[in-house]
Amino acid sequence: MPMGPSLISRLLSPLAAAAALAPGLSRASYGLDMLPPASPIASQIYDLHWAIMWVCVAIFVVVFGAMFYSVFKHRKSAGAKAAHFHENTTVEVVWTVIPLLILVGMAYPATKTVLDMKDASNPDLTIKVTAYQWAWEYDYLQDGVKFNSNLATPRAQIEEWEKTGAPKNKDYLLEVDNAMVVPVGKKVRLLVTANDVIHGWYVPQLGVNQYGIPGFVKDVWFTADKPGIYRGQCSQICGKEHGYMPIVVEAKAPEAYAAWVKERQAKSAPAPAATAAAAPAVAEDSNKVWAMAELMTSGEKVFAANCAACHQASGKGMPPTFPALDGSKVVNGAKGAQIALVLNGKPGTAMASFARLSDAELASVMTYTRNSWGNKSGDATQPAEIKSARK
Amino acid sequence: MSNASSGGYYFAPPSHWPLVGSAALLAMAVGGVLLMNGLAGGLATFLVGLAILVYMLFGWFGTVIRESRGGLFNSQVDISFRWSMSWFIFSEVMFFAAFFGALFYARVYSLPWLGDLDNKLLWPEFKTAWPSAGPYLPPQFTPMGAWGIPALNTALLLTSGITVTYAHWALKEGKRGALIGGLAATVLLGFVFLGFQVYEYVHAYQDLNLKLTSGIFGSTFFMLTGFHGFHVTLGAVMLTVILFRCMAGHFTPDNHFGFEAVAWYWHFVDVVWLLLFVFVYWV
Amino acid sequence: MSATTHAPAHGHAHDDHHAHPTGLKRWLFTTNHKDIGTLYLWFSFVMFLMGGVMALLIRAELFQPGLQFVKPEFFNSLTTVHGLVMVFGAIMPAWVGFANWLIPMQIGAADMAFPRMNNWSFYLVVPAAILLVASFFVPGGAAASGWTLYPPLIIQQGISIDMTILAVHILGASSIMGSINIITTILNLRAPGMTLMKMPLFVWTWLITAYLLIAVMPVLAGAVTMLLTDRHFGTSFFNAAGGGDPTMFMHIFWFFGHPEVYIMILPAFGVVSAILPAFARKPLFGYASMVYATASIAILSFIVWGHHMFTVGMPAAGNLFFMYATMLIAVPTGVKVFNWIATMWQGSMTFETPMLFAIGFICLFTIGGFSGLVLAITPVDITLHNTYYVVAHFHYVLVSGALFSIFAGIYFWLPKFTGKMYHEGLGKLHFWLSLIGFNIAFFPQHFLGLAGMPRRIPDYALQFAEWNMWSSVGAFIFGFSQLLFLYNVIECIRSSRKAPDNPWEVQDSLEWTHLPSPAPYHSFETAPVVK
Ligand code: HEA
Ligand code: HEA
Ligand code: HEC
Ligand code: CUA
Ligand SMILES: [Cu+2]
Repeated sequence: MPMGPSLISRLLSPLAAAAALAPGLSRASYGLDMLPPASPIASQIYDLHWAIMWVCVAIFVVVFGAMFYSVFKHRKSAGAKAAHFHENTTVEVVWTVIPLLILVGMAYPATKTVLDMKDASNPDLTIKVTAYQWAWEYDYLQDGVKFNSNLATPRAQIEEWEKTGAPKNKDYLLEVDNAMVVPVGKKVRLLVTANDVIHGWYVPQLGVNQYGIPGFVKDVWFTADKPGIYRGQCSQICGKEHGYMPIVVEAKAPEAYAAWVKERQAKSAPAPAATAAAAPAVAEDSNKVWAMAELMTSGEKVFAANCAACHQASGKGMPPTFPALDGSKVVNGAKGAQIALVLNGKPGTAMASFARLSDAELASVMTYTRNSWGNKSGDATQPAEIKSARK
Repeated sequence: MSNASSGGYYFAPPSHWPLVGSAALLAMAVGGVLLMNGLAGGLATFLVGLAILVYMLFGWFGTVIRESRGGLFNSQVDISFRWSMSWFIFSEVMFFAAFFGALFYARVYSLPWLGDLDNKLLWPEFKTAWPSAGPYLPPQFTPMGAWGIPALNTALLLTSGITVTYAHWALKEGKRGALIGGLAATVLLGFVFLGFQVYEYVHAYQDLNLKLTSGIFGSTFFMLTGFHGFHVTLGAVMLTVILFRCMAGHFTPDNHFGFEAVAWYWHFVDVVWLLLFVFVYWV
Repeated sequence: MSATTHAPAHGHAHDDHHAHPTGLKRWLFTTNHKDIGTLYLWFSFVMFLMGGVMALLIRAELFQPGLQFVKPEFFNSLTTVHGLVMVFGAIMPAWVGFANWLIPMQIGAADMAFPRMNNWSFYLVVPAAILLVASFFVPGGAAASGWTLYPPLIIQQGISIDMTILAVHILGASSIMGSINIITTILNLRAPGMTLMKMPLFVWTWLITAYLLIAVMPVLAGAVTMLLTDRHFGTSFFNAAGGGDPTMFMHIFWFFGHPEVYIMILPAFGVVSAILPAFARKPLFGYASMVYATASIAILSFIVWGHHMFTVGMPAAGNLFFMYATMLIAVPTGVKVFNWIATMWQGSMTFETPMLFAIGFICLFTIGGFSGLVLAITPVDITLHNTYYVVAHFHYVLVSGALFSIFAGIYFWLPKFTGKMYHEGLGKLHFWLSLIGFNIAFFPQHFLGLAGMPRRIPDYALQFAEWNMWSSVGAFIFGFSQLLFLYNVIECIRSSRKAPDNPWEVQDSLEWTHLPSPAPYHSFETAPVVK
C-alpha cells in the first residue's frame, strides 16, 4: 500500500524502543519486526507485511472493541436484560461485502509483488545452488567458480550434553567457511536444486526463500541494495543437521566482487575438472605428492566439515543409521573400494556422493579416516589416486 | 426423510467383532512392517492377522445377514444402508482420485519441467515425452497398447454392467432363473476380466519389460490398474457371495439391499475402468 | 417391509438392546454412543498428555541456545510425533467423542446409525496410536521428517516410517467409518419435525466436517501408499530420476492437509455457537448465514492447499490463484465471528467457565486467523514460510482455537455427561492460567518468525534467545495448568454436587430440554416430536 509502510514503521519504532528499554529487559535484543530489507523485493515484502498487519490490527480493534464493550455493558450483573433479535439480512450482507473489499485492497499490491518476484529474466549473474545434507554448493556458471559452504561454528560451542559448551561466537550457527559473494546492484539469478532431500535457500533480508528440490531446478532472483553480510538458514527440514546449514551472502561493490572472482579463479585454476572446489585448507594441485602429516591435518578439517555430521568426530557414527568408520570393514579394507564409495555415494541411503569435493580434499579425508581412531592402515592416499578414480 | 425411529430402528447389541477386527489389523500392520523390512516373523504375523480378519468378516457379515433374515431391519435401516454405501463409494472415488491426480500431475507438470531449459543442467539428455520412465531410469520398455486386451476388458466389464442390471431387473420381477443367470454371468465376466488382467501383467513383465519399477509410467500404470484389479476382485467375491445368497433365496423383490449395494459397487468399478482405459491406456 | 414378515424376531432384538454388559466387557464390546463418546474423550486426553510431554521436551531444549537435553535427530522425532499425536490423537478423536455424545441427543435419535461400526471406529484408533508411539522404540527412532512426511527425506529413514504410514492408513479407515456413521445418523435418524435447518449448529458443523473427512482421508491414504511403494517396491512417484516429483507429494498431502485443519476447527465453531447463546441468554444470531458460512469454508478449503507451497517454485499463476482463494476464506470466517459478537450484543451475559473459554476462543482464534491471512499473502509468506511465525499461527488456531473450545465444550456438557457440576472456581482458574500461559508461550513466536527463526530446529542463533526463553516458560505454565483440568474433571465426577437437568437454561437443544442429567444410558428410544 502506497503511503502506509514508512509512516507505520516510524510509528512503531518508539514502541520497539520502549520494549527494549523496559526495566530489566534492557540487555535483551527483543526483535519485534522483520529484519531490515536489503533488496527491492524484500522492501516490498516488508511494506506489504506492515500494511496488512495494520489493517488486521484495525479490524481487530474495531471488532473486539465492540465485543468487549458488549462484555462490559451487556452483562447480567450490570443489570442487562437480554434482547431477542437474531436475524438481520442487511448486516449480514454488510459484513460480507466490507471484508471482501478490504481483501481486494490487500490483493492488489500483493499481486504486483508476486509478478515482480517471479520475473527472473535478464539476470546479470547466474549461480547454481545445490543443497546437500548438510552443506551448500555454489557454482558461478559464467565465472567458473565453484565451492562449498559449510557451517563454521565449532561443535564444542554447540554440544552441551555432558558439560557446558564453549562460549558461543557472535554469529553462532549463522557463520560459514565460504560465503556466497555477489555484486551489489546486480540482478543475481539463482538456480536452486538439491542432491538428496528437499532443502530451502532462505535469506530473509534478500526476500528469497526457495526450496531446493532434488532432480529439479527452480529459479529465483534478488538484487542486493547495499554492501553487507546477509544471513539465513535452511528452511526445510532435511534430516538431523537441518538446524546447522546456514547461508551467508556477502554483497560487495562490483569492483570488489570482480577482484574476488579473480582470486577464486586463480585458486581453482590448476584443478582440471569443473568438479574442483576451492577449499582454503589445501591448495589445489592434483599432481602434487603430499606428506602424510599434511594430509592428516587437512583431512581432519575436511572430515569435520563434511563427514562428522553423520559419522561423528569420534568416528563412532550413530548406528544403525550412520555406521561407525572406526573399525569399519570398508575403511580398513582396500583403498579402491572406499574411494569408490565416497566418490559415488550409496544410492538409497544418506551417504551421498562426495565427488564435489576436490581431489586433494578427498585424498586427505581418505587418509584421515584410514589412520584415525582405531584405524591404522598406515597408508596415505594421494590426490592423483582420486583423480584417476573419477571416471 | 426422518420418520419416527421409536423402537423400530435396529441398533446392534454389544459385539466383540470390532475388537477382533482391530486385533487383525494391528497384526497385519506389524506383520507388514516386519515383512517389508525383511525382519523375522513378518509373514507369519501378517498371515495370522489376515486369518483373523477373514474370520471377523465371516462372523460380522454372518451376523448382519442373520439380522437381516430375522427381519430386524426396517425401511429406515434400509435407508441408512443406502446412505452409508453411497458415502463409502465416494471415499473410494477419492482414493482413486489421488492416483489419477498423480498421473495427471506427472504428465502435465513434472515431465515437462524435467525437460525444460533450466533442468538441462541436471538432465542434459532428457526430452519430455509420454510414456516416460524419467530422465535417469533406462526407459527401454514398451507401453501397453490400448486396443488389445484392454479394449477386450472394457467390453467385458461393460457387458457385466449390463448383466448385473438385468439380474437386478429379474430380481424385482421375481424371475429367479433370470436373476441367477444374470448374476452368474456377471461373476463369470468379472473373473474372466481378472484372468486377462493377470495375463496382461505377465506379458508386461516378460515381453514388454514394463514393470512397477519402470519409472513414473510403470508406477502409475501398475498402481492404478492394480488397485482397480484389487477392487474388481473384491467386487467379484462379493458378487459370488450374493449369488449364493440369491440361490439360497435370501432376497425378495422389495428387500434386497445387499444385492443393490454390490451392484452399485460393481458399477463404480466399471466407471473407474473406463477412466483407466482412456487415461492410462489410450491417450 | 421385512419387519412385517418377521415380526416375532423384533422383541428379541429389543432385549439385546437393553442388555447392559458391565465391567470391562461394557467398554470393550460397547455399541452405546455415550460409552463410545466417553472412550474417545479419555483416549484423546491421554494422547494430549503424551503429545504435550513431547512439546514440553521440545520447549525445554529450546529454552536456550546449544544442545542441552536431546540429540538433533531425537528432537526431529519429537516435533514430528508431537504434531501427529496432537492432530490425529488428541484433537480429532476429541471431536469424534463430542459427536458421539451429542449428535444422537441433539437430533433426537436413540443412538448412532451403525453402533457396531461405531465401536470399530474407536477401536481402530487404538492400534494406530500403539504403532505411532511404539515407533519411538524401534532402531533408528521415530519418524523425524515433520508431520508432513515429505519425501525424499522420509524415504531415507527406517522402520518407524512404515509404522507411521500404516498407522495413518488405519486412522483413515477409522475416520471414514466414523464419518459415514455420523452423516448417516444426521441424514436419516432425526426426530420427526427436526428439519435440517432446525438442527443445532454443532450438528451442522459435524455434518460438513464428516463430508470433508470422507473426501480427504482417502487422498491421504493414497499419498502415503505411494510413499510406501516408493520406499519398498521401486515405484518413482516422488523420484525425479524416474519422472516423478517430490512436489507432487506436497500437492497431494496438502489437498488433504488443508481441509484437515478445518476438520479440526469446524466442530469448534459448532461448540462455540452452542455456548454463546446460552450465556448471553439470547438466541444465536444469523443461524442460516452460519450454516452457509460453514459450508463455504468447507468448499473453499479444497482449493487453497497451495498456500503451503509458495516456496516450491510454482508458476506465478499458481501462486496468485492460491493466494486469492486463501484470502477468500477470511470472508465466511469473518461472518462467523461477527455473528457471534452479534449474539453477545445486548444479551444478559454471565461468565462461567464455558463462556470464558468461548470468548477466549473468539479473540485468540481471530488472532490466529489474521496471522493466517498474513501468511496467505504470497510475498510475505516467502519471508515467513517455515519460520516460527507459522508455528505461532497454527498454535493460535489449534490450541486457543480447537483445544480451548474442547475445554469449553467439556465444561459446558459435563453436567449432562456426569450429572454433576464441576467446581466453578477451579474451572475459572484453569481458564486464566491457560490463557496467560498460552499467550506467553506462543505470542513471542510471532517475533521469532519475523526475525527469521526457522521451525524444526533444535538449536538457534543468539538473537533468538530471549523470546525462546519466554516461550518455554509459557509452555510450562500452560502445560502444567492442564493437570488442573484433569483434576477438575475427576473432582466433578466424584463430587456430590448434583447438576440440574438444564443448568444453563438452554432453550433450543434437545439434550437440555428433553433429557435429565446425567443423560440416561439410552435416550430417546421414543423419538421426541420437534415443533
Ligand atoms: C485449525 C487449524 C487452522 C485454521 C482454522 C487455519 C486457518 C487459516 N490458515 Fe492456517 N495453518 C494451520 C492450521 C490452520 N489454519 C496449520 C496446522 C498450518 C501449518 C502446517 C504445517 O506446515 O505444519 C497452517 C499454515 C498456514 C499457511 C502456510 C504457512 C507456511 O507454511 O508458509 C497459510 C498460508 O496461507 C495459512 C493460512 C490460513 C488462513 C488464511 C486461514 C483462514 O482460515 C483464517 C480466517 C480467519 C480470519 C481471517 C479471522 C476472522 C475474520 C474476520 C474477523 C473478518 C475480517 C477479516 C479480514 C477482512 C482480514 N495457514
Ligand atoms: C493439534 C494440536 C496441537 C497442540 C494442542 C499443540 C500443543 C503444543 N505445541 Fe505444538 N505442534 C502441532 C500441533 C499442536 N501442538 C503441530 C501440527 C506441529 C508441527 C509439527 C511439525 O513441525 O511437523 C507442532 C509443533 C510445535 C512446535 C515447533 C517444533 C519445531 O518446529 O521444532 C512447538 C515449539 O514450541 C510446539 C509447542 C507446543 C506446546 C508448548 C503445546 C502445548 O499446548 C502443550 C501443552 C502441554 C501439555 C498438555 C503437557 C501436560 C503434561 C504434563 C504437565 C506432564 C504430566 C505428565 C503425565 C501425566 C504423564 N508445537
Ligand atoms: C548425510 C550423512 C552422511 C555424510 C555427511 C557422510 N556419510 Fe558416509 N555414510 C552415511 C551412511 C548412511 C552410510 C551407510 C550406507 C549403508 O547403508 O551402507 C555411510 C557409509 C560410509 C562408509 C562405509 C562404512 C561401512 O562400514 O559400511 C564410508 C567409508 C563413509 N560413509 C565415508 C564417509 C566420508 C569420508 C564422508 C565425508 C566426506 C561421509 N561418509 C559423509 C552417511 C553419511
Ligand atoms: Cu537443509 Cu534443512
Ligand atoms: Cu492450509
